[in-house]
Amino acid sequence: MGEAVRTFFLELKLKFGINLTIFYDGFDSERFVTGIVTTVELVALCVFFSVIVGGIGAVILRLSRGPLAAAVQGYVALVRNTPLLIQMYFFYFGVSPVLPAGHSAIGLPVPLVGNFAWAVVSLSLYAGAFNIESFRAGLGAVNRSYEEAALALGYTRIQALRYVLAPLGLRFSFASLANNLVDLTKSTTVAYAIGVSELLYVSNQIWSDSLNTFEMMNVILIVYLILTGLVVWAISALQRALHVPGFGAN
Amino acid sequence: MKRHVHPTLLATLLVCGAAASAKADQASCMNDTLCRIMTTKVLKVGTKDDYKPWSYRDASGKFAGIEVDLAEDLAAKLGAKAEFVKVNSANRFEFLAQGQIDVMIASASETAERRKIVGFVHPNYYSSGYNVLLPKAATVKDWGQLSGQTICALQGAWYNKPASEKFGIKPLAFSGEAEVESALKQGRCIGILEDDNLINLQLADTQRWAGYAMPLPSQEDTPWGMAVRLDDLHKPLGIFIGGAIYDWHRSGKLLDIEKANGVAPSAYLVKAHDGAKDTLPTPN
Repeated sequence: MGEAVRTFFLELKLKFGINLTIFYDGFDSERFVTGIVTTVELVALCVFFSVIVGGIGAVILRLSRGPLAAAVQGYVALVRNTPLLIQMYFFYFGVSPVLPAGHSAIGLPVPLVGNFAWAVVSLSLYAGAFNIESFRAGLGAVNRSYEEAALALGYTRIQALRYVLAPLGLRFSFASLANNLVDLTKSTTVAYAIGVSELLYVSNQIWSDSLNTFEMMNVILIVYLILTGLVVWAISALQRALHVPGFGAN
Repeated sequence: MKRHVHPTLLATLLVCGAAASAKADQASCMNDTLCRIMTTKVLKVGTKDDYKPWSYRDASGKFAGIEVDLAEDLAAKLGAKAEFVKVNSANRFEFLAQGQIDVMIASASETAERRKIVGFVHPNYYSSGYNVLLPKAATVKDWGQLSGQTICALQGAWYNKPASEKFGIKPLAFSGEAEVESALKQGRCIGILEDDNLINLQLADTQRWAGYAMPLPSQEDTPWGMAVRLDDLHKPLGIFIGGAIYDWHRSGKLLDIEKANGVAPSAYLVKAHDGAKDTLPTPN
């Protein structure tokens, strides 16, 4: 870190009592960077997996009326109607102990799935449930005549979904998908409860040690605004790139 | 035109008047917190609710423990009622600074950094160092061997930073003692970084903690302090609490409360009692 930056923030503390340790204390800035990196990793992985979960779920709901569709509906109902924190505790403290454990170098049992992995699993399943609904609504918004036309041209139902309905339905679901992914970005803070060193967790460690709660609260507020801003920007860019007149908002 | 004062309005005005006079009573205390406590007869105490036996909730959900007994005694001396507010390691100083509590009795070690934020009343009422609760299977003889190991900890504990800076420990911190203990039992970490007092107590429960030990020497013995707002430190409230703590040391009450809560007499309390006790025979 630049010496000028360090001096500036030390003076800010001395003259105005604004204590931003992350800009002059090496240990704290290292922790803070770890936090940002972990949060970004969480967001990236969970966006990826939750979109896949959403896509698969929506396709099952579209094509099947059997037990598979019932299972997807049950999953959506269960996940949407229980708090994320409880789901995360359920996986971390509830499911993990019944899984087989490995052994560490010093001969102690170690769970095979760590806290970061459980955070990715629970966040992806959580956001995935909402994404299923978004994609399902998007597919539902495509006029029936498109599917009928495709079937009349000799497409199978799966082909009609793949080549006609899904590309058009996707465009309808962007607005609601953006909503889900912004929510997912903010929800990564819940991983704090199971000790994942994401942004809120490291900030809590920092303000507990340096007693600069007010400053850190403001810092994380700004960082999250930037992160959610980036997510929104990325989705709108994708939306613009895929724009077809008449399908989905501009 | 004749105007009648509506009875409801009249009642409202009367109630407001009564409230205003009570407010005025409090206002006449200016910023003397002790005076306000004696007027309202309520002492707001911040304590934890998961740190047995210092402060926890008993089976009926009421606050109990050594610190709760001390707070009750403080309130009784003031002719007030102790009202407990749950705090945790990470938010207790904010609660006090913001005025949500009058005094913080929450197993807080006194450190130079913390003294800038809140007013620690002297003398201290307890003391502890930090140590690690480890499984007996781990053959550790030196703190240095813990370098790079994940150790469970409590969010906001003052020793998380020194232990990671000095010994390279990787703390995995949770917000409550219950999560910390289940994480250890599940092998999320190899041990718990915590108060040596607490570890001694845990080890005394030979059923629950069979197979665990405290093989390393404790680090940085640090006194615990009750805290008031900085403004109150040298005002009647701070001076009153300091006097009460001295009295507990002198009379041996702190040792008695400690014993009643199942803790072996700690070296710190014995020393403080010896230093303060009456050397002359008690007059009749």
